[in-house]
Amino acid sequence: MSLRVDDLTVYYQSLRGDVKAVDGATFQIADGEIMGLAGESGCGKSTLGKSLIRFDARMRHVSGSVELDGKKLPIWDDSKMNAFRFKEVSIIPQYALSALNPTRRIGTMAMELLRSRNIEPDTVLPEFKRRLKLVGLDQDVLDRFPIELSGGMKQRVVMVLSSLLDPSLLIADEVTSALDVSTQRAVSELLVEFRDRGFVKSMIVITHDLSVLYQIADTILIMYAGKLAEKAPAETVVNSPRHPYTKLLLSSLPEVGVRYADKRLSGIPGRPPPLIDPPTGCRFKTRCPLAFARCDEEPPFASLEPGHTAACWKAEKAEAA
Amino acid sequence: MLELDTCCKSYRTGAFGSGELLAVHDVSFAVSPGEVVSLIGESGSGKSTIGKMILRLMQTTRGSITFDGLDISTLNGRKLKEYYADVQGVFQDPFSSYNPIFKASHVFTMLRNEYFAGLSSSEWNAKLEKSLEAVSLNPGDVLNKYPHQLSGGQLQRMLIARALLLEIRLLVADEIISMLDASTRIDVLNLLGDLKARGLGILFITHDLSLGNYISERTMILRRGTIVEMGATEKVFGNPLHPYTKMLIASVPHLHKKWDQVEREVGASDVLEHVLREETTDESADGNGAALSLEQVEQDHFVAK
Repeated sequence: MSLRVDDLTVYYQSLRGDVKAVDGATFQIADGEIMGLAGESGCGKSTLGKSLIRFDARMRHVSGSVELDGKKLPIWDDSKMNAFRFKEVSIIPQYALSALNPTRRIGTMAMELLRSRNIEPDTVLPEFKRRLKLVGLDQDVLDRFPIELSGGMKQRVVMVLSSLLDPSLLIADEVTSALDVSTQRAVSELLVEFRDRGFVKSMIVITHDLSVLYQIADTILIMYAGKLAEKAPAETVVNSPRHPYTKLLLSSLPEVGVRYADKRLSGIPGRPPPLIDPPTGCRFKTRCPLAFARCDEEPPFASLEPGHTAACWKAEKAEAA
Repeated sequence: MLELDTCCKSYRTGAFGSGELLAVHDVSFAVSPGEVVSLIGESGSGKSTIGKMILRLMQTTRGSITFDGLDISTLNGRKLKEYYADVQGVFQDPFSSYNPIFKASHVFTMLRNEYFAGLSSSEWNAKLEKSLEAVSLNPGDVLNKYPHQLSGGQLQRMLIARALLLEIRLLVADEIISMLDASTRIDVLNLLGDLKARGLGILFITHDLSLGNYISERTMILRRGTIVEMGATEKVFGNPLHPYTKMLIASVPHLHKKWDQVEREVGASDVLEHVLREETTDESADGNGAALSLEQVEQDHFVAK
């Protein structure tokens, strides 16, 4: 097991109380696994990703532990985490397109970054150039300013830079969301290639777009309102999901080939609950068509079959039926 | 109803406006009542520019846009106001369409002052309620709230309701679904479908092929300011002929098919190669080239040569 997250709970502090953005997350990622993390906006998926590398000022570690390659990550300790960041755990941030310093040439910025981490730039420079070439960028991007690059080019520069030291875990937060469809596909396939070439051992790809995950991820984890809803191999999540939220989410996605005139899709009525004061028990119960009395009790994130876990009282029933 | 004839728009670029960038190049198409036409293109293809020209937020450089045979560039004063009673737009970001200082219903109040000053309060309220119901909003839920208290989907539907109050005949919907969450976006999309059934013509501008495919009768694929393929949606998606259309369709992530499989099915060229080539070619040089002429390949299906 490359990554083991156990009962991780992270709250945001606000004047009105704690925002329960990630509540009791427990999951594992195997070596070489690309795990997709999906959910609607505000479900805590970015918070979960961020909490594995750096807490921002408002985030508070409430409980739980994270283990990477058998070593405990001191995620609550900002300075102790420095030993792991970039080298063991790395992130392609959500706004990677604006992560590059506009006043520095790409090469200068990269060298400054490496020096700040006490790495002699010359030792990794040849590899940096080799990988830029691999993602289709010429060496001369190093002499260019970020403004001279297109969105897809910037995204690829950040990708190469983030994974330069062969981290064990790479977190890719909405890396393809702001890109055109053709660039989106190119960048997604490069993520897979990075894994295949062993640049990164395992990966968490955070996105709201399930169809992208189906293309590149080995497993998909669905979150809803700060809780884990379902985790299973990508094929299983898309073709035979067990959690009602996953089912409804999938059925609301228009696909190429589905036409309004032939088949009218429907959305999920209602809205996600506020995370300051989420309902007790299952957080999806107010929108769930299957809700029954027992949903006032919180369903455990339980294993249905090897590799398939879901947090729903009705999920096991479905198997019997 | 709406007709564009060899429309062009050029922007001045460079330090003193010395350069010229042709954002829209000889675009011609028509939108009829009760029809959804999608305009699909990647960023920089000029799709939003076309929407803005139709809404008269921008002047055309060459060519004409006519609505019911009337050239819209000549409209001003009272005539322009009448035009806006027929044609309205809704844009991508619902949060920036509202003034955060006022309650969300302020958009309706402004409309009433402009167009329905003679209406009594009870008549107005009945009308407002009816149009909110048409977009499946509960008036009590939304009218007395500030924009930040409402969800993106609700705000977007209120903007459509505002357009409906005028009994418009053409809606320019510029990426109106893109900012919404998966579970609510389909509701707004279905709403467009219902409005279409009531005779509204919709120009649906999007970068998302699956959304365009779901809702529209006719599709236009725009690339660097020119239409490369247009026609009935099932023909453009079912039998894509232009290499660019094929490449786009092969890039859309499907839920039940892998990319490679789709790529083989439509016979597209390598996507990564295309992306890299696009980056190395100079956009302005290409955009200023000769306009592509569309050739009819079958009934209601045109491809650029």
